[in-house]
Amino acid sequence: MDRRDFIKKTGKAVALATVTGGTGLLFHNRVKSDYEAIIPKTKNFEVPFDANLPGITLARNEDHLAALNGSLDAIGGIKRFIKPGERVTIKPNVGWDRVPEQAANTNPELVAEMVRLCLGAGAVEVIVTDVTCNDPRRCFLRSGIRKAAEEAGAKVILPGDDDFVKTDLGGELLTVWPVVKHFIDTDRLINMPIVKQHSLSSCTISMKNLYGILGGRRNQLHQQIDQSIVDLANFCRPTLTIVDATRVLLRGGPQGGSLADVAIENSVICSTDQVAADSRGAEFLGLSAQQVSHILLAEKSGLGAVDYRSIGYKEVV
Amino acid sequence: MTIKTVINIRRVSQVLFFLIFFWLILKTNFEVNFNPDNLSEVILPYPVSIALEFSPLVALATLLANGTVFKGLLWSLVILIPTIFLGRFFCGWICPLGTLNHWLSAIRSERMKRKGKKRILSNKYKKYQRIKYYILLASLGAALLGTVQVGLFDPLSFLARSLGTVVLPTAHTAANAVLSSVKSIGWPPLMAGAQFIYDTISPLLLPFRQAHFHTILTISFLFIGALVMNRIYTRFWCRGICPLGAMLGIFSRFAIFGLEKNEERCDDCQLCQMHCQGADNPKVGEKWHQAECHLCLNCQSACPQSSLKFKFFPNQIETKTNPAGTPSVDISRRKVFLSVGSGLALYPLLRSGDDFEANANPLLIRPPGSVEEKDFLARCIRCGQCMRVCPNNALHPTFMESGLEGLWSPMLIPKIGYCEPTCTLCGQVCPTGAILELTQKVKVGDKDTPPNRIGTAFFDLGRCLPWAMAKPCIVCEEWCPTSPKAIYLKEETVLDSQGKEVVVKRPYIDPGLCTGCGACEYACPVMDQRAVYVTSVGESRSSKNQILLQRKGIKQKTADNN
Repeated sequence: MDRRDFIKKTGKAVALATVTGGTGLLFHNRVKSDYEAIIPKTKNFEVPFDANLPGITLARNEDHLAALNGSLDAIGGIKRFIKPGERVTIKPNVGWDRVPEQAANTNPELVAEMVRLCLGAGAVEVIVTDVTCNDPRRCFLRSGIRKAAEEAGAKVILPGDDDFVKTDLGGELLTVWPVVKHFIDTDRLINMPIVKQHSLSSCTISMKNLYGILGGRRNQLHQQIDQSIVDLANFCRPTLTIVDATRVLLRGGPQGGSLADVAIENSVICSTDQVAADSRGAEFLGLSAQQVSHILLAEKSGLGAVDYRSIGYKEVV
Repeated sequence: MTIKTVINIRRVSQVLFFLIFFWLILKTNFEVNFNPDNLSEVILPYPVSIALEFSPLVALATLLANGTVFKGLLWSLVILIPTIFLGRFFCGWICPLGTLNHWLSAIRSERMKRKGKKRILSNKYKKYQRIKYYILLASLGAALLGTVQVGLFDPLSFLARSLGTVVLPTAHTAANAVLSSVKSIGWPPLMAGAQFIYDTISPLLLPFRQAHFHTILTISFLFIGALVMNRIYTRFWCRGICPLGAMLGIFSRFAIFGLEKNEERCDDCQLCQMHCQGADNPKVGEKWHQAECHLCLNCQSACPQSSLKFKFFPNQIETKTNPAGTPSVDISRRKVFLSVGSGLALYPLLRSGDDFEANANPLLIRPPGSVEEKDFLARCIRCGQCMRVCPNNALHPTFMESGLEGLWSPMLIPKIGYCEPTCTLCGQVCPTGAILELTQKVKVGDKDTPPNRIGTAFFDLGRCLPWAMAKPCIVCEEWCPTSPKAIYLKEETVLDSQGKEVVVKRPYIDPGLCTGCGACEYACPVMDQRAVYVTSVGESRSSKNQILLQRKGIKQKTADNN
């Protein structure tokens, strides 16, 4: 064996040994980094307070679109909330595989009208999305919301795995949870709940509707329902809350099913204060806000006024 | 038209029918952009069950077992009647599994490296090809007494089941895994490229949600095994196993179309033997087996001397050196009796055990609209279409939950997915009527008619939060879809671990209202083993498997008696 031969033969073995040892050292005790985004801040989409305008308005009209427009105009009109060029996300309640008459999901006509109003005010994009309980395909289909919103020009998103980002909600109870990015990565958020009875939280209106921005272990939130609702409402402060009380689900909530449980109220509430909106909305269920612990806790946490008349309440008939 | 053109037409036909079949399986799916006219009665846009309805074997076996040719199964005559005149054209021209086997057999393998006589002999008629007749006759024997087992080996059911529960879901997992590992590299152009490819294929191939099916390994073993065998014998499945091929072989006994051999022209080159798909001995000097021939026409195309020709009323005169073709099947009468007999014996063997009724598995929750178990087993072909179409991934192939007899038949696993009360898709796609098509009204029920029930929910009090842990919860009540709710609440004061009084709402079940949909079990936050669970008792289809003396329609609550 000559020197050349020796170098050639041992060289290969040394090279493999180096790579092997190097790989071991390189990956030794390596902590895999989490490449998912964590956004650690409160999302506040609110508009500035205006002392000349009411903080909460309610319009009653058998023509539901007129009710919406009446209520909205009384609180300052769409232009107060949506500026040209803004991106808007609308959060209706699309929780269940139910048709509009059953009053388990937000009235699709109202959602569509809101999409049209936002686009009319110059919004560049309007997204309608929700994390449903039942299968999203069926919920968005049978609620009529997908069709109505798409025809009005919205982009309807049925959240898939890609749409969630791990987010620090910064709450007392809720910390890092998967949140649908369209509720964070937007300029304006409009919450469009429907008024329904709920056996644990008494009622589900606007703040409880925010459960729908979350993915993950949502079914465990009930264990501390008041604090989790308040944490969410504190994290995610909508530009405007529009409460659909055209049909109200009095019993069998939040899914309903029987038309006998639905009351026709033909009303739409607009509010810049979530707590006030829920406080007024609860009255449709025959509840006083004093009976609803999460609404009281929300006021205590500084999220708004239980006494909705104190922020200026206007009814339009 | 030259024989080469005919061969090309056959290839086009094979590709076309394979794609149609695959497309129908893909469309057995609740698509995101699906926009039916009638929101209260959601009907699939395509008659996807047609993919299974062309099997004469399924039609015959279910006819023997339950006395009817169910709905679309009459389409199978479109295959069977021409077969009587032509022979097994289905196998060579249409069958999607046959086509798959055909393609896989063409892949280079050890078998092709054999030289000369060895190679020719390996493609001659072999005795193992009789197995398919035994399988056919045994499964028809079993069907005669009322247990339908043909679905295990019927090529259409076999392929639909394998694609729907194994191939497509694993492709979905694979696509997700590739995408996420490419994304973890973190180089933006690569990530964007991978996302683009994913987004392009996903509307076509990947359903809205990744499906996870029970016992797919057992299904995949048979499927992979069938495909791999092509490396050892050309179209092993079609030649040796397929009971539909066997049935069509038997039905081609009086075929007026067949192979005519010209003895003078043959120079014994053996090319016909080499290219034969069915191993039916097309060569001059060998006895041609009509029942084995797939009518692929490769022999005629391969013959350089034009000594082979398929034609109507072929001249098949026996000479000393060239035996005439045989229309009969190569099994003795004794074997026929033995096969049918063992099929008949299968029935008491399967039913006298305890799986069927005596000790039926409480977790065997059949899909809504299923007929009673006896009739169900006389219909279900385990094609898996109900499982594929279920939007909630609720339906799964059984392993041993309905005994060996019901292997791979559908069961509902509420922990994975519950039955959506207003959904009737599984009944829409069932080709044999094992699951009847319900309307939403019939499924949900009203004050005069009881709803369709698939089971009843029970609480496991030791695991339930308000019952055992002094914690509020009632997610089950929130999710209960019946109206009024079958889960009702009672406020009770309990002590927590600190001795403090806590008021909780404890859930109870009203079995008269519960439909067994499993939404409560699905939503229960006790993740590993749920604190509320459904068993099959109370199912509408059974007269014995009940709790209550009397079952009524839904009592409607009105505003004044609330």
